[in-house]
Amino acid sequence: MTAQIILFWLFAFLTCAGAILVAVSQNVVRMAFSLVLTLGSTAVLFLLLGADFVGATQLLVYVGGTLVLLVFGVMLTATGPFTRIKSSPADAILSGLIGVVFLFIVASTVTAVDWDGGNGVAQKIAMGTHAKAVEGGFNPTQQGNTTRPLGLSFLSLRADRDLKLGLPKELSGEINTAPVVPGMAAATPGTTLLPKTSALLSTGYLLPFEIVSVHLLVVLVGAAYLARTKRRATT
Amino acid sequence: MQAIGPSPFLFIGAVLFVCGVICMTTKRNGIGILMGVELVLNAANLNFITFSRFTPLGLDGQVFSLFVIVLAAAEAAVALAIALNFYNNHLTIDVDRGDELHG
Repeated sequence: MTAQIILFWLFAFLTCAGAILVAVSQNVVRMAFSLVLTLGSTAVLFLLLGADFVGATQLLVYVGGTLVLLVFGVMLTATGPFTRIKSSPADAILSGLIGVVFLFIVASTVTAVDWDGGNGVAQKIAMGTHAKAVEGGFNPTQQGNTTRPLGLSFLSLRADRDLKLGLPKELSGEINTAPVVPGMAAATPGTTLLPKTSALLSTGYLLPFEIVSVHLLVVLVGAAYLARTKRRATT
Repeated sequence: MQAIGPSPFLFIGAVLFVCGVICMTTKRNGIGILMGVELVLNAANLNFITFSRFTPLGLDGQVFSLFVIVLAAAEAAVALAIALNFYNNHLTIDVDRGDELHG
């Protein structure tokens, strides 16, 4: 627990410092490096939150893919005088003031809300005293293990909701036991369409997954078409 | 020592979001604006994962953060292609120079 807290504060500091460096720095190469720092630290925060697959994806896709793409963009466009394009000092001061005020508004709003919802589940999960968290055994829920429920949800199977796998009950919602048509059993007593405890299957994410796959394909074809070599403007 | 609840994570998300917005509005370098967009998307991801752990949002938050990651990759690819085209046509990446569409 203490190691988790130390890791959290270390990587929280790295995340915030990298983000502020990205916003403040005028050199685009330094901005790219600070962005690497921020995104990598965010991946560690994801791992600390128990989202192991998302953290790994963040490292692989974001830091390994998107950011390398950005660095290539910097390399192809930051020739000579264009590495530093300065904003005027008045703009910098004004944007800094607005940023501080905006941060105060957002942060005070977000931290003023009691996210427990009255039942104290969030605090229990944070303390590790939640019923499922202290259960122990092979791969307790506190340590992530979200890969299989995520993959099944992309196949429209909700293992976390319908089969009580993976996440604790307070985190995965109630088991869906509603009848197909509300009031059907009461209207015709004795002849119910479904048993009383029949579970309807929750909806998964097969259709969004397919849509985002085709979207990614179209976007990559379009990006290759846009970025192909054309005539260069004469100076 | 006090355990870490959702609020510190949400505060980090707020810092990332504000830095991203400031980055988007003040940078004159086109690539810098893209980096601001990445910061904002990361703030959204961090909030999704936080609520996925501490509230009944459950696995849906992680699924949505995966979608956000994929869409961010697609957005970065297209925006970089546009930035390269802009650089080819204007020989600079300063977005203040792209003012040919004024009426």
